[in-house]
Amino acid sequence: MSEDQDVIKVEGLTKVFNHSLTAVDHIDFNVKHGEIFGFLGPNGAGKTTTISMLITVLRPTSGKATVLGGDIAKQSLQVRGSIGVVPQEYTADEDLTGYENIMLCADLYGIPRSVSKKRATELLQLVELTGFKDKRVQIYSGGMRRRLELACGLINRPKLLFLDEPTLGLDVQTRAATWNYVKMLKKELGMTLFLTTHYLEEADALCDRIAIIDNGKIVVIGTPTDLKDSLGGDIITLAIQKDTDITDLISRIEHVKEVKKENGSYTIKSANGEVTAPLIIEALRKNGHVVTKLSLTKPTLNEVYLQYTGKSMRDAEESRENVFRQRMTMRRARQ
Amino acid sequence: MSEEKLSKNRFHGLWALTNRDLKKWYQNPIVFVIGIIQPILWLALLGKAMNISSIFSSSSLPALPASLAATFSPQQLQGLGAYFGQMSDTIMNSTFNTTSYFSFMAMGMVAFVTVFTTAFVGISVVFDRRLGFMNKVLSTPVSRSVIITSKVISASIRSVFQAAIVTVIAFLLGLQLGANFTVFSIFGVFAIVFLIGFGLASMFTAITLRTTRMETPQAIFNLVTLPLMFASSAYFPISNMPNWLQAIANVNPISYTIDAVRRLMIFSNGYAQLPLDFAYVGIFAIVVTALCVVLSWRFLNK
Repeated sequence: MSEDQDVIKVEGLTKVFNHSLTAVDHIDFNVKHGEIFGFLGPNGAGKTTTISMLITVLRPTSGKATVLGGDIAKQSLQVRGSIGVVPQEYTADEDLTGYENIMLCADLYGIPRSVSKKRATELLQLVELTGFKDKRVQIYSGGMRRRLELACGLINRPKLLFLDEPTLGLDVQTRAATWNYVKMLKKELGMTLFLTTHYLEEADALCDRIAIIDNGKIVVIGTPTDLKDSLGGDIITLAIQKDTDITDLISRIEHVKEVKKENGSYTIKSANGEVTAPLIIEALRKNGHVVTKLSLTKPTLNEVYLQYTGKSMRDAEESRENVFRQRMTMRRARQ
Repeated sequence: MSEEKLSKNRFHGLWALTNRDLKKWYQNPIVFVIGIIQPILWLALLGKAMNISSIFSSSSLPALPASLAATFSPQQLQGLGAYFGQMSDTIMNSTFNTTSYFSFMAMGMVAFVTVFTTAFVGISVVFDRRLGFMNKVLSTPVSRSVIITSKVISASIRSVFQAAIVTVIAFLLGLQLGANFTVFSIFGVFAIVFLIGFGLASMFTAITLRTTRMETPQAIFNLVTLPLMFASSAYFPISNMPNWLQAIANVNPISYTIDAVRRLMIFSNGYAQLPLDFAYVGIFAIVVTALCVVLSWRFLNK
């Protein structure tokens, strides 16, 4: 495959469960060679469903997608053999050792023992688990398990790696360490990475491009910088003592682009927040208003998310099974 | 493209997955030891308590009333005693085809222990689903039928092992071997136990393929084992059952397995019946496994 070709091409991909629940609704996007592509959205937005279809575990209801040149519906075995997958939950067998788990993965990819033994040793070294390779996974910490999952996902030397919520339930340090591995994979192995997360800051720091998905639809795609710039500046939030509408008053102030009143507080968009905020306070005081609260926010992906979906990241109700799995993952992460 | 050439072998991963299930069994001392103790309990407690041979023995007959005994000469009394003694053997032989009820039942247990062993496959399928392992395997280039077959093979191997243990314990507790018994008979027993294990494991897997709840395989296990056990020749010969129960027992593949095991081990006649037993159990195994594989294509791809 040549360098400039898209490693993932998705056209009108749709998944409907039980003829009624549309989890993914006609999405289109491309992932370029060598980039870290982030798939953002709240729980239940369709991230895992999309990944499941791309890794050919779930059959699409309609639409088309090619992964590394293979059609996900017609060439599923070929696609599965050429990609790496690090699933959301811990999938390693707790009764086996770390080494046995990696060798099991290697066997599942049909890699001959002569090759896989050497590779397993290398990968365990890469994720710094060599000292624990003969210990049962049962005693591994959350971070160690994540690293083991990562090593398993790399056993077939994939050009494209899927990571589904790789930091779910991990503490801050382990999360940071996990992202360092991800960056290293991109830099040193030249891999393309497709990841989902609902930690917006992480996506911001890590991803080359981001797609925001909500209710099964992609609402926007772009680089984190482009997305933040598209918001049109900083956000000032303020509240005043009296319950009078001051929208008009504020919108007349210099630099102010937009004013919205929500739950008794005002959200103001302005290109240059540091300068505008004092101007607003001054104007309000002149008109006899007392400012009780004020905050200035530089746009983050949180605001981008809010802008494009009209709500903040919410935890949607999920199926029993998902909740159970997620709880299992969290519990084991905390060990 | 990936550097990795896709394996040409459609069955790659089969042994890896089978071995994983077996490891969970033999590396877990508690599970392993309980698997050995359980048949000992069955045989020692139930097998020895239900001592039907002694019920029919002449010693359990009351002595003749003195007035009646006086009408016979001592020689005649002796002859009567011998007659009744023979009669008990005749009853045992015509009913159970052996004079030792313990041997009859123990060989039933050899076949029946496969039901207990294979029923756990269902639970292990649900566990793999719940703990995410199944999702992992599904995302690798392993064929769906291999995933299912590995479960079935590991359960069959366990069944053979359990059957061997039951046989050894039965020997120690006084199993009476048939006249035609040779060492090769034991391999025949292992073969048919492997076949029935294959069929039953496929059946339990097929039932639990879709479920994610722990309670389901347990409930099914409780529901299925009782009729499988009593609507078979495990404890009593089919010919003494009421007609409706005979009809069920006669299609129950466990009956054919038990029949084959008894003919190989303790009966002194009826080898001619063996090909039918093997054919019946073999066809059962093939049909159910095929069904299970077809269901796995359907249900493991959501």
